[in-house]
Amino acid sequence: MELYWYLIIVFFLAMFFILDGYNFGVGIIHLFMAKKENDKVVVAKSAGLFWDANEVWLVAAGGMLFMAFPILYASAFSGFYLPLIIVLWLIIFRAIGLELRDHFKYQMWKDIWDVSFGVSSLLLALFFGIALGNVVRGVNLGEVVDGVSKHEPHYFFLPLWNDSFSPIVQSVGVIDWFTIIIGLISVVTLAMHGAAWIILKTNSSINEKLKNTVLKLDIILIILTVFSVIVWLIVNPNALDNFGNKLYLIILPLVYFTGLIGLLFSKKITDKQRILFTTIVIFGGIASTLASMFPVVLPSTNNINPSLTIYNTAATEYGLSVASIWAIIAIILIVVYAIAQKRFLGGKIDDMDYGGDAH
Amino acid sequence: MLFYDRLQFAFTITFHYLFPQLTMGLSLIIVYFKWKYLKTKIEKYNNAAKFWMKIFAINFTMGVVTGIPMEFQFGTNWAKFSELTGSIIGQTLAMEGAFSFFLESSFLVLFIFGEKLLGQKLHFMAAFFVFLGSWLSGVFILATNAWMQHPVGFEILDNGRYVLTHFGELFSNPWLIPAFLHNQMASIVTSSFVVASVGAFYLLTKKDVEYGKLFLKTGVVFGFISAVLVAFPTGDWNAKNMVKYQPASFAAMEGLFKTEDGAEIVLIGQPNMVEKKLDNKIAVPNILSFLTYNNWDAKIKGMDAFKEDQLPTNIPMLYYSYHIMVGLGTIFIAIMAFAIYYLYRKKLWSKKGILWVIMFLAPFAYIANLLGWYVAELGRQPYLVYGLLKTADGISPTVSSGNTLFTLLGFMGLYFLLGFLFLILVGKTIKIGPENQNH
Repeated sequence: MELYWYLIIVFFLAMFFILDGYNFGVGIIHLFMAKKENDKVVVAKSAGLFWDANEVWLVAAGGMLFMAFPILYASAFSGFYLPLIIVLWLIIFRAIGLELRDHFKYQMWKDIWDVSFGVSSLLLALFFGIALGNVVRGVNLGEVVDGVSKHEPHYFFLPLWNDSFSPIVQSVGVIDWFTIIIGLISVVTLAMHGAAWIILKTNSSINEKLKNTVLKLDIILIILTVFSVIVWLIVNPNALDNFGNKLYLIILPLVYFTGLIGLLFSKKITDKQRILFTTIVIFGGIASTLASMFPVVLPSTNNINPSLTIYNTAATEYGLSVASIWAIIAIILIVVYAIAQKRFLGGKIDDMDYGGDAH
Repeated sequence: MLFYDRLQFAFTITFHYLFPQLTMGLSLIIVYFKWKYLKTKIEKYNNAAKFWMKIFAINFTMGVVTGIPMEFQFGTNWAKFSELTGSIIGQTLAMEGAFSFFLESSFLVLFIFGEKLLGQKLHFMAAFFVFLGSWLSGVFILATNAWMQHPVGFEILDNGRYVLTHFGELFSNPWLIPAFLHNQMASIVTSSFVVASVGAFYLLTKKDVEYGKLFLKTGVVFGFISAVLVAFPTGDWNAKNMVKYQPASFAAMEGLFKTEDGAEIVLIGQPNMVEKKLDNKIAVPNILSFLTYNNWDAKIKGMDAFKEDQLPTNIPMLYYSYHIMVGLGTIFIAIMAFAIYYLYRKKLWSKKGILWVIMFLAPFAYIANLLGWYVAELGRQPYLVYGLLKTADGISPTVSSGNTLFTLLGFMGLYFLLGFLFLILVGKTIKIGPENQNH
């Protein structure tokens, strides 16, 4: 049951990063590449139409994590207090940026909300990457100082950074040079994904240029990925042992690299193939990272308190089994809604006829 | 620090609940407009539905971005509470995400952008599913709260953690149905008062007069029915649940310091916590006993019947919340009854005085709704899970008060900005009006 719920939650989280991920990417592209007013309008709209429906995946994943792994939820959410609240604020700035820009015709009004949308999208992509980096690196569970835990073994609190910015000390911070690398990987990945989405969903004048941008970002991403894996193997030589022990898990990194290689042909492939490749890069990236740690979900950086796993943080069997029944019904319904939406809102958004209703 | 954690939760939930209380009731009124259009084919009704869905969408967005912090705060600020009870209240919160938000958000997009693509019948269905999604959300949130007010279907393990043993009891909880119905009726009060208020505004400014009349009439009819239902029977059921399951909170909210046979009902007065009595009291004898037990002389326990640590922590605030809510509710029924009378006599359009009153009535519906929640939440104190888990034992053990104050100040600043922008957007939508919205 723990494994079942772990997979469901990972699926919902991955869906969030895939679906809302393109909105973050659209924000980044909007910030750096959309210059003409026409492009700005349509690029923002390619995120604006969908962001709130996509954010629901985060809400659902959060609720499920709360229900199935309450100890992990309590530990991680209080421990990563500051970055999480900052993410909440960024989500608000992203949303108002998208919702407000087209309500008044003043240039200054539009500029303010474009920056709000673009900068908060960039920072969200960075922070979500940093979050993943933190989960890989681990935290000082129980806040051990000189061999003594200051708190119960599953609680901790992380400052935003410590003086050394180093991931190798015991009292780590949220931001260090390792988590920053993972943050950059996230920014590059989502920017690429957002670019692919813009090309697919709009007729903006920068589409041709973006195909080239995807290629460049893909090359940067390959370099960053290899670099981060090598660096992490030096810090933690056992990091990839899971793949050696369970050979079938290698399929996940293979999926990731298939996406990366596919995107090298960004200029030749179809628009749908491009977004398919960026999607499997995101999915493969998240899945490979989590698989390398499994069943650990939050490693301990001290050797006194054990790492948090899906087994020592889960709710009891009864609750998980009842919930698995309603979860199946919910997932079927969600797929039905997604198909209905796709059917009615497919195609390029600037070709759509809303019946005179768009704001 | 407990105080900052409580203040942050109270502040963010108060701000958040300005939005769902409108959208839940408004979705019903939109379904009504769209249904009227399907039946009559008069364009006015369709425009009304689309106009209010625009206001709905703005509120929905605000509800989403202020709602995510609510879910996150369980973990960030109330980690111990989450650890101990997450496997139970997580059920209903996760179901809210999985069942209602996907439904509501998917069909909202389809309603707003899909009229031509869907056709009128499916467009009506989209409105209906938005309504269904938002009310389901109410079910799950009230089920979560009901468990905290009156915990059922669980056992406590040796390590102090609460685990679910009977899933069905989360929804057959005797606290749930009265609280849910009371809450939903109150939400219709807010939305119908807002609809009526915009209608009165259009009539008084002689703008979109046709729509002004439609909104006013619809708002007044929905408003009268819901204002009555909030008080009776749903409010009455809730008060009886309080007597039964939280008698100490009941005594505190009624301002009943001493146990009495034939207890009086307090209309006005200020709790004097030093001398344990009400100052400047105006009360009617025996009524409270009758309302509670249908017996004029029944004994009702006052606050003196309970130990100090079982009583709510902020008795005056609880007392005021309850009395202002009830007072406003009574005024609402009276004003709506007048409006209905003039509507029936076909004089409402020209009664300037009552139009002014109705225009300014909407904010008070919001106040009454929020105070109702304050009664529920202050009444549950000093507990998070009534009778079992104290609020002070639920906070995050590692988050320092400096960090909580930082985020509290941040939320205050950001929500001030958000509220300001919200008013601009809604004001602009009302200014454009239903007639010109498609141009």
